[in-house]
Amino acid sequence: MTIASNFIDCFSQYDWEEIKASIYQKNEKDVLTALYSTKRNLADFMALISPAAEPYLEQMAQISHQLTCERFGKTIQLFAPMYVSNECQNICTYCGFSFHNKLPRKTLSDQELLEEVAAIKKLGFQHILLVSGEANQTVNIQYFSNAIKLIRKHFANISIEVQPLEEGEYAQLQELGVYAVLVYQESYHRETYKTYHPKGKKSNFDYRLETPDRIARAGIHKIGLGVLLGLEDWRTESFFCALHLDYLQKTYWQSKYAISFPRMRPAEGIIEPNVIVNDRNLVQLICAYRLFNPDVELSISTRESEKFRESIIPLGATSMSAESKTNPGGYAVEKESLEQFEISDERSALIIEKIIKSKGYEAVWKDWQAMQPL
Amino acid sequence: MDQLIIADKKFNSRLLLGTGKFGSNAEMEDAILASGSEMVTVALKRVDLETDTEQIITHLQHPHLTLLPNTSGVRNAKEAVFAAQLAREALETNWLKLEIHPDPKYLMPDPIETLKATEELAKLGFIILPYIHADPVLCKRLEDAGTAAVMPLGSPIGTNKGLKAEVFLEIIIEQSRVPVIIDAGIGAPSDAAKAMEMGADAVLVNTAIAVAGDPSKMAEAFKLAVLSGRIAYEAKLGKISKFAAASSPLTAFLNE
Repeated sequence: MTIASNFIDCFSQYDWEEIKASIYQKNEKDVLTALYSTKRNLADFMALISPAAEPYLEQMAQISHQLTCERFGKTIQLFAPMYVSNECQNICTYCGFSFHNKLPRKTLSDQELLEEVAAIKKLGFQHILLVSGEANQTVNIQYFSNAIKLIRKHFANISIEVQPLEEGEYAQLQELGVYAVLVYQESYHRETYKTYHPKGKKSNFDYRLETPDRIARAGIHKIGLGVLLGLEDWRTESFFCALHLDYLQKTYWQSKYAISFPRMRPAEGIIEPNVIVNDRNLVQLICAYRLFNPDVELSISTRESEKFRESIIPLGATSMSAESKTNPGGYAVEKESLEQFEISDERSALIIEKIIKSKGYEAVWKDWQAMQPL
Repeated sequence: MDQLIIADKKFNSRLLLGTGKFGSNAEMEDAILASGSEMVTVALKRVDLETDTEQIITHLQHPHLTLLPNTSGVRNAKEAVFAAQLAREALETNWLKLEIHPDPKYLMPDPIETLKATEELAKLGFIILPYIHADPVLCKRLEDAGTAAVMPLGSPIGTNKGLKAEVFLEIIIEQSRVPVIIDAGIGAPSDAAKAMEMGADAVLVNTAIAVAGDPSKMAEAFKLAVLSGRIAYEAKLGKISKFAAASSPLTAFLNE
């Protein structure tokens, strides 16, 4: 038996159309088998995301609730994204930062970074997610290293969601105190991926696909995965994302993992979703992940509506952003700069905390202590 | 039943046999044939490297049998690497069951020396099947070191106590990227069937067969138990559990 040494080896053993057919052929019996099982595998996950599982959504939600309580307790972690730049050389037809979108661009200076930090701290956040577009000339490893050094004494936990980097660069950021790296494949469908990412470094499907391997090898604590819901058949996309998670967890067993569920949102100058993922679909997907993997963190952003976010708290979610700004400088420096997408839930972090409490859950602001000397 | 694959070699049987403790070599040979096993361990220390007189090996010359020399008797990684090289020469195979137990009473495997030896032997091209505690982290470390399979114990060796390490074996099976062969402690065919139902890739049995009233008959019983357990695993067991009745449904908001 040969063990795949990167995800591409594993990924190339699967055919999109075969997987899709297999998901849509799942029947009630497959769903019941998956529901009653105590350890669920990828075949079970396929059953749980299939149309055949739709009548069992309430049962899935109950099990998801129970598993999440056992593993995470009644807690929701809070974090805020901090966009440091909207410069981007990529053309991604769904994204507000896309290169073809001829709008003024902004990258935060040292002084501006600190102003944003102060504004975010004032809201109560201790966990931060640093986000950028992909502009390798200006917003690169040097920029990120500098930014981390500037902000790290202000936050307990720093994650990043930036362009794919080299293994050595991730190692460097890890040394500086970066806890987690999020990199969404967007689509696991090779041809679809190419359609939505026609130009820029991001158009290299394989390089992106191998990124979590590089992140893990660099010793980053936590890796976030996800697909952009709205590009392709969400069930098949999610199978491949679960396959990716499964591969990574077995290969890099010392890392933690998280899944996010970005659903396409309106933004300046972008296309309409190709596939509609409705609330019911998303609940099914979140619960299916939890049943498949009791340990994975599941994150819900402010892309979602107030009602959805409130209702999802007991269903398996473990972390949430709140009061997010998706534009660089959005908290203090330049509130009107180009944003990546319109958020849906605009309520303040304090109100979100109150809502979490009202559901019988604890809002966790700090859940990490960096072990590196500053 | 699907085939067992270890390091690109395919096996039709998921039962491995040990060759110690039998009343005679002939009795051992009969039991092996009755078991349908295709892989048997043989202790290097029992192989006479000097003379060509009738000995254990002559009873194991069957085309369907893969010999798996073990390093039983060694106490550390250094001795294990030496034993492995001797075994490779004597038995003309790079397959190796790595056993390092410095503790002569319970024969508990030494995790630190086993990991060290696995790292070295993998570099030397051996196909290594290490005997270990039911330790999930050790299994992953051995995987990283290049092991071909892992052989966690069900209970202390020779005790016939069954799957006392069940909860840890479940974790190992769930996480492993290499075959998991449950070794040691399997005392009855029902233990073997249980191990296979849990999803173990194979089991190794020795004492329970060798010291049975009729070893050949017991070997056949194990053959059927392993087959039965595996088929049950492939068929997916129905689990008995209840869904909590929802007083306030979690998904009601979707209908609002």
